[in-house]
Amino acid sequence: MNIKVWASVIGGLMLASGAQATEFTSIQNDKSSLHFVYKQMGVPVDGSFNKFNAQLAFDPSKPANAKVDFELNLASIDAGSDEANDEVSGKSWFNTKVYPKATFASTAVKQLAANRYEVSGKMTIKGRTQMITAPFTFTPQGNTAKVDGSFVLKRSEFAIGEGLWADFGTVANEIQINFHFVANARK
Amino acid sequence: MQKARYTLTAIAIHWGMAILLIALFVVGLYMHELKFSPLKLQIYAWHKWAGVTAFILVMLRLAWRLKHRPPALPWTMSKMTKLGAHIGHGMLYLLMIAIPLSGWLMSSAKGFQTVYFGVLPIPDLLSKDKALGDALEAVHMILNYSMAAILVGHIGAAIKHHVVDKDDVLRRMLPWRTR
Repeated sequence: MNIKVWASVIGGLMLASGAQATEFTSIQNDKSSLHFVYKQMGVPVDGSFNKFNAQLAFDPSKPANAKVDFELNLASIDAGSDEANDEVSGKSWFNTKVYPKATFASTAVKQLAANRYEVSGKMTIKGRTQMITAPFTFTPQGNTAKVDGSFVLKRSEFAIGEGLWADFGTVANEIQINFHFVANARK
Repeated sequence: MQKARYTLTAIAIHWGMAILLIALFVVGLYMHELKFSPLKLQIYAWHKWAGVTAFILVMLRLAWRLKHRPPALPWTMSKMTKLGAHIGHGMLYLLMIAIPLSGWLMSSAKGFQTVYFGVLPIPDLLSKDKALGDALEAVHMILNYSMAAILVGHIGAAIKHHVVDKDDVLRRMLPWRTR
């Protein structure tokens, strides 16, 4: 067999596997995590959110058709200390009474490399919407898949930390967000 | 009689650290009561940087002290009083080491690494553990109040030497010459 034949065989196999490709539709909340790192007086401090949910329509072979809707309960924050947790629910930070949730709705997903993708979409926090782009890896394992990615969010773009906190000298503007989701395939 | 004074180096270290440690103590009490704010976070950071500095200074001071014996205590002091003075000074040195260490460990256990002047990260010996952090906070506080109590004794003793015993124990540590 020559190269052309091999190419068509491999192409055929890829199409076949594409036809069987599974669509991932939800995440396992207990196995997923959302962490962030912010700098306070030059000190990296870890935090996390415990309550969030996502609805997906993600077929790794058809990223262009993918859609992700993500919802985060802002009151579920652990900002690193009890004092910080009390503070960030307040008006200058998330104002969780008025804006209890942050949402993300994807507008585009594209493939960067094997198992590597990039999602863009609208992030809404505290009534402000901004475009966000985050690269992620997608590692299927049977009927589940691991989704890992990170991006940097600028808190000033969402008025997170107003007034006394608006200055970046104490709490830096850049917040590194790291997400790890375990996604389930449609049953 | 020859009045043996402390060397200028010893005098400078003594008073320099006195000012630094008292400032650290007062700032520590103050910042703890502050409402959560950028100022509070800044003062905490400054307190930690100053604490690391105090730890470095006490290490240098001890290294220097090993090679330079201080002038002898007056012969008029009883054996017991001399022993008391040595124990008191030993406790002060011990606390000057233990207090910054307890502060650093507390900070680590509370999940906040100490980054010297915001640029030099000091490794965390402990990982984040709320209960341990609270326990170390109590340790840091108790050590500080112990230091304050011993300091009151230290100052009281210096004044007693000067006023009651009328010896040169206080004078020989003063930065200026009196006679």
